[in-house]
Amino acid sequence: MQQSAALLSEPAALTPEQSSRVHAALAGLSAPQLQWVSGYAQGLAAGRTALAEDGAQAVTGPAAVVAPLAAAPREQAVLHILFGSQTGNGRALATGLEAEARAAGLAVKLQSLGELRTAELKRLRHAVFVVSTHGDGEPPDDALEFHEHVMGARAPRLPALKYAVLALGDSSYAQFCQTGRELDERLAALGATRLVARVECDVDYETPAAAWRAAVLDIARRELGSEVPAGNPPQLRALPVTPRYSRAHPGRAELVANQRITGRGSSKDVRHIELALGDGALRYEPGDALGVVVRNDPALVEEILALLALDGEQPVATPAGERALRDALVCDYEITTASRGFVEAWAALGDHAELGARLAPAERDTCARWLAGRQLADILHASPARVDAAGFLATLRGLKPRLYSIASSLAANPDEVHLTVGVVDFTVDGHRRQGVASSYLAERAGDTLEVYVETNPRFRLPVDDDVPIVMVGPGTGVAPFRAFLQERAARGARGRNWLVFGDRTFRDDFLYQLEWLRYRESGLLTRLDVAFSRDQANKVYVQDRLREAGAELYAWLEEGAHFYVCGDASRMAGDVDTTLGEVIATHGGLSAERAGEYVARLRRDGRYLRDVY
Amino acid sequence: MNDSVTLDPFEDTKRRSRFLRGTLVAGLADHATGALAEDDTKLGKFHGFYQQDDRDIRAERRRQKLEPAYSFMVRVRMAGGVCTPAQWLVLDDLAVRYGGASLRLTTRQTFQFHGVVKRDLKATIRGINEALLDTIAACGDVNRNVMSSANPHESALQRAVWEQAAALSEHLLPRTHAYHEIWLDSERIAGGEAEAEPLYGATYLPRKFKVAFAIPPVNDVDVYANDLGFVALVEDGRLSGYNVAIGGGMGRSHGEPATYARLASVIGACRPEQVLAVAEHVVGVQRDFGDRTNRKHARLKYTLDDRGVDWFRGELERRLGFALAPAVPVTFTHRGDRHGWREGDDGRWHLTLFIENGRLRDSDDRAPLSALREIARVHDGEFRCTPNQNVTIANVAPAARAVIDAILGRHGLSDGTGVSAVRTNAMACVALPTCGLAMAESERYLPALITKIEALLDKHGLGGEALAIRMTGCPNGCARPYNAEVALVGKAPGYYAVHLGGDVAGERLNVLVEENADEAAILALLDGHFAAWAAGRAAGEPFGDFLVRSGRLAAAAGGAA
Repeated sequence: MQQSAALLSEPAALTPEQSSRVHAALAGLSAPQLQWVSGYAQGLAAGRTALAEDGAQAVTGPAAVVAPLAAAPREQAVLHILFGSQTGNGRALATGLEAEARAAGLAVKLQSLGELRTAELKRLRHAVFVVSTHGDGEPPDDALEFHEHVMGARAPRLPALKYAVLALGDSSYAQFCQTGRELDERLAALGATRLVARVECDVDYETPAAAWRAAVLDIARRELGSEVPAGNPPQLRALPVTPRYSRAHPGRAELVANQRITGRGSSKDVRHIELALGDGALRYEPGDALGVVVRNDPALVEEILALLALDGEQPVATPAGERALRDALVCDYEITTASRGFVEAWAALGDHAELGARLAPAERDTCARWLAGRQLADILHASPARVDAAGFLATLRGLKPRLYSIASSLAANPDEVHLTVGVVDFTVDGHRRQGVASSYLAERAGDTLEVYVETNPRFRLPVDDDVPIVMVGPGTGVAPFRAFLQERAARGARGRNWLVFGDRTFRDDFLYQLEWLRYRESGLLTRLDVAFSRDQANKVYVQDRLREAGAELYAWLEEGAHFYVCGDASRMAGDVDTTLGEVIATHGGLSAERAGEYVARLRRDGRYLRDVY
Repeated sequence: MNDSVTLDPFEDTKRRSRFLRGTLVAGLADHATGALAEDDTKLGKFHGFYQQDDRDIRAERRRQKLEPAYSFMVRVRMAGGVCTPAQWLVLDDLAVRYGGASLRLTTRQTFQFHGVVKRDLKATIRGINEALLDTIAACGDVNRNVMSSANPHESALQRAVWEQAAALSEHLLPRTHAYHEIWLDSERIAGGEAEAEPLYGATYLPRKFKVAFAIPPVNDVDVYANDLGFVALVEDGRLSGYNVAIGGGMGRSHGEPATYARLASVIGACRPEQVLAVAEHVVGVQRDFGDRTNRKHARLKYTLDDRGVDWFRGELERRLGFALAPAVPVTFTHRGDRHGWREGDDGRWHLTLFIENGRLRDSDDRAPLSALREIARVHDGEFRCTPNQNVTIANVAPAARAVIDAILGRHGLSDGTGVSAVRTNAMACVALPTCGLAMAESERYLPALITKIEALLDKHGLGGEALAIRMTGCPNGCARPYNAEVALVGKAPGYYAVHLGGDVAGERLNVLVEENADEAAILALLDGHFAAWAAGRAAGEPFGDFLVRSGRLAAAAGGAA
């Protein structure tokens, strides 16, 4: 009862009448039930309980309580017509079926398989597929990703799906109608039910395809009719207990995707990382960051042990208790970043005139730039010293989790968190140096990671969905804006969205290009401006695009737009800030001073928000 | 689907395009995608470019959440393949800057740039125009680049025919001002709404239209593979007129018998001064009667077969206001280029180089692009692109030959005389990785396959034989496969339809003998036929003729009339 007592002792929280009602409701509940209620209330507070999805899983075990929810709109019984088409025949057939189904009064959604998000698959109830086979048994280009997903190990079970497949092909090829066959059999294997048997069509597809269309229409009319299913039952959804994971007590997440998203010609390796939050216990809002508990590279640990001629097996005392030096260096200490503090401590251990000179107060900036280009081990190489294990550890800081701006919205990706990770990888004096977290995520992490949410209430979408937003996110700074746009799409927010992205090259560094283009096409993204610094003789940056679009930017601000900046703090954020002031001065006809006041007011009103690092 | 009388949707796109403007200007200004709007990609063809992407990395980029690596193929309009050294240097410079340091000589005697990205497209097209060449109508539903025999022997005759080809190319140009507005920043002409296309009309032709001029006995231009062919007639060593042939065309689709390759039908003859009128009215008849409901049935060959040759001639003569003269029998003996130095009838020299598959790109052991750049700096004649994807350095003074030979030697180029005839006669289209239509490799694969075929020929004692092998990545036929002795037409990665039995001069279609053959099957098939050919041929009998005569193939239907 401690929890509820604490809650109810807060006088401002509840009126006396509310308080007594809550007391009455909670009386007699067991500890796990109370814990559950706490989580439920939290969920309510987060505004996440309004919608229950079909097929939400029931929580089992002692905390499994089923919560009644307000009637949620059930998905209208829709016939999804999905096509994968290389030459256009499949598209034409699917379009024809769509017209016939509409004429029959059915609710229909026609989509290319390339447009179907993989997460949507498990929500489909009635779907018919028109899919061709291309070349030697290959799916058409627009169905490649879908095919890979549905045939793969991560394909969801589909017991609620009723489906039909029309396979198009050319019997002069050995693998006739292969894609259609595979899809049909795979869907059945995943638990889905066939509405009508698969039909395979050769080059002269018109007649068999027409017969299949007629059969599909007939059964779809009976299955879907135009009525809402009778006796729509109250929607129940289990709300899981929500333990509060933290840096001290991270939760576990499964690494399910690790995809490079820069092209092969890029000078940079940027990864799109997807983590599955298995127990639903990690909750976050767009704008939050994810803390990732990292481990050092064992190869780097061996390099350092060898450099210092230390025995990795010797026990050492660490804040986490006694363990072997090797393990301590992997898990507990910062051994990549060469901080000024480390250099000072290291310089004191030996006769390092050169290091001492670099540490001179007058050289502070030069030293910082010098350190930015190397890691701790490079200092050990250049300035050797004899030191015992305890002495070495005394020069080191503890290994801290790394924070990444979250690149996804839970509303769009339930139980997932996505990150955009720039892999740090460079060479110093012939030694390969990697960033601890990025290389851990990109290469060394196993299936499970320890993570927690670092909330960032100062970087939030407007509460009002009608408010326009301008997002400036070059490089991996674009990550939170992916979350913003996913969230706004999921909410059906009507406010206009403007994204300004920049990086080195258009061809290879346009992070999430396909997603932005899709958002622009759907109308979610009102405006998309890009600046690629190395595609022409003169360098062009995001602030240049803002200046070019100054009149429109000023108009958006005047209409109440929020202005967001994420990414590099050292130069970009300052340049954008300066440009913002200039744009306001120029297009608002204001003096520099007045423009400064305008910017200050934006800040005060929470309309100029930055997540820079 | 064929029973519908609705126009193909592209007809409406053309009509609404305001004479080929579409939304090209806005599309070029959109920096968030390397692509153009779908309709603009089709209208772009009339301006001389195709949108393509690097298909080698298409799947990889999709996973990387990047759009396909879009780029553009830009094709020059250059009647008869003739350009000056100054023009060559401009094209070379553009290729180095925007086209991946490569130029591609095509089967229609012009240059293609590949891999030009959208932000460089305007600079490329503008640069070509600054060299007094252009790209308009190099592709699209209009008359394409006009071909003219590159045969250097009879220099005066060659020039007379080329001049007519060049004049016809100008005569059949679209008149829209859109090209100049979009690419050359010229002012929108006043009252642009009233702009008109007197010849083509607002929807242009139903499909592409190809014209070639041949000078017997060399059929290097494959005159019967064109919608309209002019075959030069010579009296007393002077050009006296042309046989007129109509309705040739290569394009077809796999598994669709309603689409087919066809050789042109000779319908009569005309005098040199009648060429423009004949061509204009053949275009006019096709414009008015070509099938605009089905693009796979829209070339002139289908119009001709649907309505009959006599009907077509009658309609044409009605419009011309005179009757064509009777055709004159002509003899073609071959199509391939003669490599090495040749002397023209005016005492000037011509060197035809062998450029495998027309690809000019420097590599470690050979530097054709650099060699031709150096030659262009010293050459005072002209360059001629041949219909066999080679280049002739034409009109060289006898004294200048040594300079050119030295440059070629420095860059590892031979004149092709040491290369096997089966290799110099082979042609491949570009196909993968850039062509969006390709179903299989072509340019990147044929050289290696030829090496294996050379070995087969050697095995049967046929080493020096000049049979023509043509490979395309799809059935549309850019390398004119369907009248080759051996045609390999891509069906799927690693698989080709095999056609055999064309003749040496391009006057007989081949026949499909194997629908879906991989390399082993192709080689086994040829091995068997080569053995029979070696054993059973009449003296000097070409491969295709032997196959037909010996009954190993049914003779192809539908030769030239």
